Formats: sequence, structure tokens, C-alpha cells
Amino acid sequence: MTPIIDYMALSALLFAIGAIGVLIRRNVIVMFLAIELMLNAVNLAFVALGRRIGSMDGQVIVFFVMTVAAAEAAVGLAIIISMFRNRETVNADELNLLRW
Amino acid sequence: MPQWLFAFLAALAIIGALGTILQRNLVHCVLGFALVLIDLGVLYMGLGAVTVGFLQIIVYVGAIMVLFLFVIWLLNIQADTGVRGGASLSLKLVGALAAAALAAELFVVFSHAPKLREVRTIAPAFGSVATLAHVLFSRYLIAFETTSLLLLAAIVGAVALARRLAGQSAEVAAMPSQPGSAARESRREVA
Amino acid sequence: MRRRAHTQRLLASDSGVTIELVIGAIKAVVIVLLVLGLTTLMLWFERKGSALIQDRIGANRADIFGLGKRLGMPNFGVINTVLADPIKMFTKEDFVPDGADRFLHGLAPFLALFPVIITFAVVPMGDILKIGKYEIDLQPANLNVAALYVLATIGIGVYGIALGGWASNNRWALLGGIRASAQMISYEIAMGLAIIAVVVTYGTLDLQQMCRAQGGVWFGFLPRWGILLQPVSFLLLLISGMAESKRVPFDLPEGESELVAGYFTEYSGGKQAVFMMTDFAEVLLVAVLITVFFFGGWQVPWLYRDGFHFPGGAAWLLPNIAVAILQFVAFWIKVIILSCLQILIRWTLPRLRYDQLMRLGWKGLVPLGLLNLVATAFVVVAAGGK
Repeated sequence: MTPIIDYMALSALLFAIGAIGVLIRRNVIVMFLAIELMLNAVNLAFVALGRRIGSMDGQVIVFFVMTVAAAEAAVGLAIIISMFRNRETVNADELNLLRW
Repeated sequence: MPQWLFAFLAALAIIGALGTILQRNLVHCVLGFALVLIDLGVLYMGLGAVTVGFLQIIVYVGAIMVLFLFVIWLLNIQADTGVRGGASLSLKLVGALAAAALAAELFVVFSHAPKLREVRTIAPAFGSVATLAHVLFSRYLIAFETTSLLLLAAIVGAVALARRLAGQSAEVAAMPSQPGSAARESRREVA
Repeated sequence: MRRRAHTQRLLASDSGVTIELVIGAIKAVVIVLLVLGLTTLMLWFERKGSALIQDRIGANRADIFGLGKRLGMPNFGVINTVLADPIKMFTKEDFVPDGADRFLHGLAPFLALFPVIITFAVVPMGDILKIGKYEIDLQPANLNVAALYVLATIGIGVYGIALGGWASNNRWALLGGIRASAQMISYEIAMGLAIIAVVVTYGTLDLQQMCRAQGGVWFGFLPRWGILLQPVSFLLLLISGMAESKRVPFDLPEGESELVAGYFTEYSGGKQAVFMMTDFAEVLLVAVLITVFFFGGWQVPWLYRDGFHFPGGAAWLLPNIAVAILQFVAFWIKVIILSCLQILIRWTLPRLRYDQLMRLGWKGLVPLGLLNLVATAFVVVAAGGK
């Protein structure tokens, strides 16, 4: 089995790429994708560590995270749809009605 | 899994992730992310989590990414200005530095973490459907049932949010526009 | 001394691995060639069969230097389908529409074909074949979660269609692509429920185990095929499989009279040939799945590993190679019959309107599948199974 540090390094790198994505892109859908990328990076860490200690808990947690991510994607996209219908934009900078 | 295979999959995942956040065309972003997801699914299978790996492909790639694509097409979202437009340069620089700092910090934390007891040989049924189901329905039963309620709430919420209220016209009042012309238009604007 | 012994052991294990690789490669090549060949056969059957059903003659002109006519043979349109049309399709001008996404336009047909063909990797074509001291399991990939793999690859198949529609820079293609992908993901659920019910019945996800479990007889003479255990699942899988491959009566996304050609309007030449191949490969895939789950796969009635054991008590012992060949041939005969069934259904039934289609999928097949699954689970637990 490849050393665990390789999987953790990949997970950290994907997480950082997702974080950059949220910060530098203004399109709400791409930001959402970057957040999902972060979720998946953490999933990888869970599965790798679960395998290392030989426990099924890692996979069970990933199962639940996947389910919750699916639900969250559905609701998030519905929110984006209704925002787009109201404001005609998916640029995060222009969705600023609540700003003081 | 042999080292060269892991290196290949890791490189593919990083390329897909970079493609996700750097592409201008939204559909390309989604496809890049689908590549990352399939890649991670294969990594899970290599780690013995066969069921979770296939579920990743069935649920994430087969359903959630298709949902993303549908929303992009329904709302007819044009290719946007990508990384070049968007936030100001200082924000992007600070963001990149912060993410790099985060990555470095994570590396340091992981390499100095206490060594977990390693289990070299695992049962052949590790990660199989039967084992996962057994654990889900015995130790994590309450979480399982709560998750099903959560899914129900999410379905109802998504349908309620995305409903077209009285008075709103359909988005695609004109015909769906072309994928290439918007890029040409935006290039004309920026130049 | 130790190093030489170690090297010898390495080499010995290496040759064992090499043999495995070679056998695996041969199996994979055999099944891919078979699939591509049968696709052509189905294409021919579609042309001539539809002609017979519609009381016309169909293609019967193409000939090689007038040989057939000189020999006095009636022309069955085989040369047309096997030689003339492929040559025409692959030598047509291959264009990418103006303003379309070049990369995705080129990628989409292959993205549609690839998942369908790799699904055939877990298909069991026979029981074991003994050559010398090797026992070859006639299944290209022995996956113990094969049913999940099938569901996963069917899910990926949506992308080629959706992207083909979008990357064409054509509103009709986009509309066809969106309709097609919505239809595919809706009927995936019904398909999944049908497959899960079968999995619960047999207690395993492995396709080869399911085929083996369908050997034997009930009451001394009735073969233990799956259709007698799960008739509802069979209907569900047939209907949702045909909807999944977008064949009539579910072919509104292709809409030959409404959407020009739906999602492959802007495709010509080789890429269109690949899309057509996907269509027939999916027909074969649905036929293969139905055969494996419900018609015993490679099981021939009353044929066991050592030969025939008829109900009357008569037995006809056969060598292993003959048994393997019989099982292999039986499997593909069943697949061909079921594919022809799908083609006949295509030319018999009218097309469903899109809302009727969606209503059938969500309000008809999904509740039916769920009820079937719950009933199956109850029966299996009551019968004391796993």
C-alpha cells in the first residue's frame, strides 16, 4: 500500500485548490464546484485513514458525507436558480442586496 | 496499488481540479470536476473501499454532475470572464497566498502527526457491500434514518425553491443561445 | 544461491502473471469483437426486419462486381449493411459546426460509446473452460460487485449524449440532448430497482454467481431461470432498458420527425457511425443483462458441468470443451433473440410523447419497482435466505 502520507498530501492539495477556487472565481456555480472539491478531498482523507487503521468507520463517514453533499447540491442549485430568476446574474459580486 | 498508478491518478486529479477552477467555460469546469470524481472513485477502490468507490461514481458523477449541467443549460449561463475578470488582482493574490499557506500548513501537520497503528492485511470483505451494510444498519442506524429524512427535506426544499412563481416568465424566452458566440462577445467587450 | 532462487521464483510467478494477462486480454478482445460484430448483425436485422414488417423490400442492391447476380442468389442486403454503408459513413466529410466546441464535439460520440462497451467486461459468457491445467472462468473481469459496476457505467453513459447535444451549437440538438439525458436519468432509477430486486433474490452482486445459481431444475424438469422468480423485474428491466437506450417507443430525443435528428443532428460521417453503434451496443447490453438475470445466462436447460442430464433419467456425458462451447453459443443465441425482440418492438409501437414518457417512468415504473423490491425482500426473508 502506498504510504499514507501520499494520500494525505493529495487530499491537502485538492483541498487547497478548492479553497483557491472559492476565493478567486466570482461565478457562483464554479464556487460551488470548488466547495464540492474540498468535500471530496476530505472524503479521500477519510477513506485513506480508515484503510490505514483497518476500520470501516472511514467508509461509513464518506457514505454519509456523499449523501449530504447530494442533498446540499440539490438545494444549493435550487437557490441559484431562484436567485438567477430574480437578479439575472450568477456573479457573486452582483448579488449584494444584503450589503449595507 | 502500485506507486506509478497512484502517481498517475494523483496527477490526473490535480489536473482535473485545476481545470475546474481555471476554465472559463462552465461546462468545461463541470467536466473537469467529473474527471476528479471518477479519479477519486478509482482511488477509493484501490484503498479497498469498493462499494464507496462505485457509489461515488453512481451518485456524484452520474447524478450530481448531471444536475449541475442541467442547471447551467436551464439558466443558459454564458461562459463568464473566468479568472482574468472577476475579483481584483490584490484579492486574487491574497487568496492564492492564503491557500498556499493552508496547503503548507496541512503538509506540516500531516507529516508530524502521530503514527497511527497500521493494519497491513485486511479482511477480503473489507469495503464490500455486505460489510458496509452491516455497519450501517447496526452501529449507524440512527444516522442512516436521519439521512433519509434529510434527503426527503432536501427534495421538498429544492422543488419548492426552484418553482416558478406566478408572474415570472421562463428564462429561456429566446431560444437557447450558442456556446461559442458568447465567448466571442465577451472577448470583444474586454478587448 | 539465495538470490538465484529468489530470481527463479520471481520469474516463475512472472510467467504465471503473464499467462493470466494473456488469457484476460484474449477474453477481452473476443468479447469486444463479438459485440462489434453483433452490432452489425443487429443493424442488418433492423434494416431487413423493418422492411418485412413494413411490407417493403429494403436494401438489396449493393453487390461486389455483380457476383451475387451472376450466381443467381437473391440479395439480402448484407453487403449493403456490412460493406457499403460503413465505407460511406467513414469516408464522409467530417465537419464541426461553426461556433461549436470542437473538443467536446469530437469527444462526445466516444464518451457515449465507451461506457457501453466497458460494461461488457463483467458479462459471463460461460462456465469454466479447462485447458490443460488452467481453469479459465469465461468472464473477462471477475468482479464481485459486478451489478454495481453495471449501474455505474450506465450512469456515465448520460454524458456523451448530453454533451453531444450541447457541443453542436444548434438549438434542436441542445433540446434533444437535454430531453435525452433527462429521460436516461429517470429510467436509470427504474433499471436500478429492477437490478436490485434480482440481487436480493440471488443474494449476490456477482453476475457469474447469478448465472451459476440458475442451473438445476425445479420439479425435475423446469429450468431454474430467473424469469420465473422475478417476472415483474423482467418487465421493468425490458421497458427501462429500452427507454435507457432511447429506442422507440421512447425515442423522442432522437425525434426523427420532430427534432431533425435530435442530439446528433450536427454529426456526420464517422462520429455519427459511432453514435449509431452506441445505439445498437446498448440494445445488445440490455439483451445481455436480461439474459444474465432472467434467462439463466449461459445455462442450457438440463446441461450440467459434465453433460446433459435429462428429466427422464437419460444422461449424455460430454467433455468439458463441448459443454463450454454449448454454453457460449447458447448465451449468444439468447442475446440475439432478445435483441431481435427489441428491434421488433421498435417497429411495432408508436412513439410516446415526452410527458407520457416521463409519467410512465416516474409514476409508473418507479413505484412498481419499489413495490416489487419490498415484496421480494419479504419473500426472501420469509424463505430464510440471506
